[in-house]
Amino acid sequence: MDAVEIHRRLRERFGSAVSADLQAADWSTCAVEGQSIAAVCALLRDDPELGFDCLSNLSAVDCKKDDTIEVYYHLLSYRHRHQIVLRAATPRPDPILPTVTHLWPIADWLEREAFDLMGVRFTGHPDLRRILMPEDWVGHPLRKDFVEPDEYHGISTRRESLLKL
Amino acid sequence: MSLINSVPETLVTAKLDDVLNWTRKSSVWYMLFGLACCAIEMMQTGGPRSDLDRFGAVPRATPRVSDLIIVSGTLTLKMALRTKLLYEQMPDPKYVISMGSCANCGGLFQLAYSVCDGVDKVIPVDVYVPGCPPRPEALTEGLLKLQEKIQQERWLVRAPDADTAAA
Amino acid sequence: MSTNAIDVDVLRETGAGLETEEMTLNMGPQHPSTHGVLRFVVKADGEVMRRAIPDIGYLHRSIEKIAEKVGYHGFMPYTDRVDYVSAMQCNQGWAMACEKLAGIEVPRRGEYCRVIACEFGRLASHLLSVGATGMDIGAVTPFTHAIREREYINDILEELCGARLTFNYMRIGGCAWDIPPGFVKRAFAYLDRFEPLIDEYNELISFNKIYVERLANVAPVSPQQAIAWNLVGPNLRGSGVRYDVRKDVPYSAYPEFEFDVPVGTGERGTLGDSYDRYMVRMREMKESCKILRQALAGLPAGPVVAKVARTFRPPAGHVYVRVEASRGDMGWFVVSDGTAFPARVHIRTGSFAAMAAIEEMSKGLMIADLVAVIATLDIVAPEVDR
Repeated sequence: MDAVEIHRRLRERFGSAVSADLQAADWSTCAVEGQSIAAVCALLRDDPELGFDCLSNLSAVDCKKDDTIEVYYHLLSYRHRHQIVLRAATPRPDPILPTVTHLWPIADWLEREAFDLMGVRFTGHPDLRRILMPEDWVGHPLRKDFVEPDEYHGISTRRESLLKL
Repeated sequence: MSLINSVPETLVTAKLDDVLNWTRKSSVWYMLFGLACCAIEMMQTGGPRSDLDRFGAVPRATPRVSDLIIVSGTLTLKMALRTKLLYEQMPDPKYVISMGSCANCGGLFQLAYSVCDGVDKVIPVDVYVPGCPPRPEALTEGLLKLQEKIQQERWLVRAPDADTAAA
Repeated sequence: MSTNAIDVDVLRETGAGLETEEMTLNMGPQHPSTHGVLRFVVKADGEVMRRAIPDIGYLHRSIEKIAEKVGYHGFMPYTDRVDYVSAMQCNQGWAMACEKLAGIEVPRRGEYCRVIACEFGRLASHLLSVGATGMDIGAVTPFTHAIREREYINDILEELCGARLTFNYMRIGGCAWDIPPGFVKRAFAYLDRFEPLIDEYNELISFNKIYVERLANVAPVSPQQAIAWNLVGPNLRGSGVRYDVRKDVPYSAYPEFEFDVPVGTGERGTLGDSYDRYMVRMREMKESCKILRQALAGLPAGPVVAKVARTFRPPAGHVYVRVEASRGDMGWFVVSDGTAFPARVHIRTGSFAAMAAIEEMSKGLMIADLVAVIATLDIVAPEVDR
């Protein structure tokens, strides 16, 4: 099934929650309203003709100038060998999205990583805590306005350049 | 009459310090503390082509039985606290080789927010081996330099401060 | 479907009324294994685990954030460190993502050089994986055999690009240097030497009864579970799913080569158990040798790199490129905002998903089996943490 047809089915079922534009490419992208993303993903996985059995990637991108954080879901179907990208935007001051862990178990860790590094909260996630940074780290490092702390547990993060004479 | 001419040729005389240090430097057991890419080169150095075992250096799994910790790879802030713990678990006398640019000074990850710029921020280092990653020959030279350092130590002289051995 | 999982509650009932307690053990982050700094908090009842909770992040070097600071060309050495055991494929992933963003075409000779480099990298990586599997379950000698073979591959790749481990060989638009004179002859000599050795290793360890007992029926993963957990590469193929990015989403010069995709069949135990994953890697080494022979014999003439601007400024947009790395399909998601620095780089690796799946897979296994599972899933810490 090609992406145009998949997009048409999503528009049919979800109406304006799925944007009318489809950026066509080998991984075609369509924007989905943030709060409907879990329902859209559920349809994409459970419908036998769509059959997206794999969440290949989940990435959060900080769009500072639009004041949003966009989360990209790359969905892949091993059964039908087609793929699509969904993009969900959330407001940057308080980014919240519904979880898709119940659909694909890998989303557990991918969402934890998005939370840890970008600060996106996923409602309904079984265990949303930091995964890559230490538990007592402050801040979300991949944000554009992240400021590195001067020290961590007594270890300074500054190093004198050896080139200074 | 000189003592040298009256002893058989199978007898060797030397200073006790030198013999002690020779036995110690010829059996430096290193802890497998491979963090990142340098760990692979450390394994290759311990491999068949450039063998560390011929210098008496065998890998050990736990800090409790090792003399040397070769910090090979990038030290992240999360790992730095554990590194300090591992170093404290090693019995004295212990040595540290900082292998690779990341362990020396942060290497190419100095731009990172989560990397500790150099292992000497948490533990004292004896030998720095530069490289990214250092070739097996470079690590071997680092070990030989450490052996030179061990050879210079003096343990049998009563030091003014009785707790530490004079170096 | 038989597994080696042990039902602890049944064991306790038949244990003649012994009072037992669950222990919480810590495994790592420093441990005598080649997989890097990974930590597991193991809740075990004696030798049998109830849960093995992975704790990662000890090698998180903020590679993705550094991309936003150093720009497109400058990021190439960092891609080596994403998976240092097989660095060439990571180079290729990044180069392909940038080329797709900007619409650059790589010359044919450059593609062939890339394939040769990547397949040698795959051989080196699988050798280390197979050797490490042996070492982790107690057979220490195959590891030294594997390290010895890796030395020869390091020599060949050093001729190509000057480095033994972190190559930085590829550039956006092709490869940095052309094949030196005499390289093809030496590479063929190495392949002639290496291919019979694969059979020798099979005789030594793969068909050894003890080895089979240690790996067969340990942590079997069904094809549906493998897909849901996003296991990729030999882990996915070990569960019977015939999917290889080189064949199904062909890229670079791979369409011009003939090779098979080995798949696990449950030959000594259950479909998708550790032995299947291990044998898929052994067979993939033979396939890589096949590809290498074809590529070395058919090298076309021409330049190895396309002309690319010194300040690489691709048009705004996003791209998701997958390459078949040694540990499976590695996805490179790059977002460009039209400037000389990427807006976001995300690398989705095979080991990340494998690590996530371990918690489920390890219920009821013994602690020694956990080590076998980590080894056969071929997890390396830099891919997990980046």
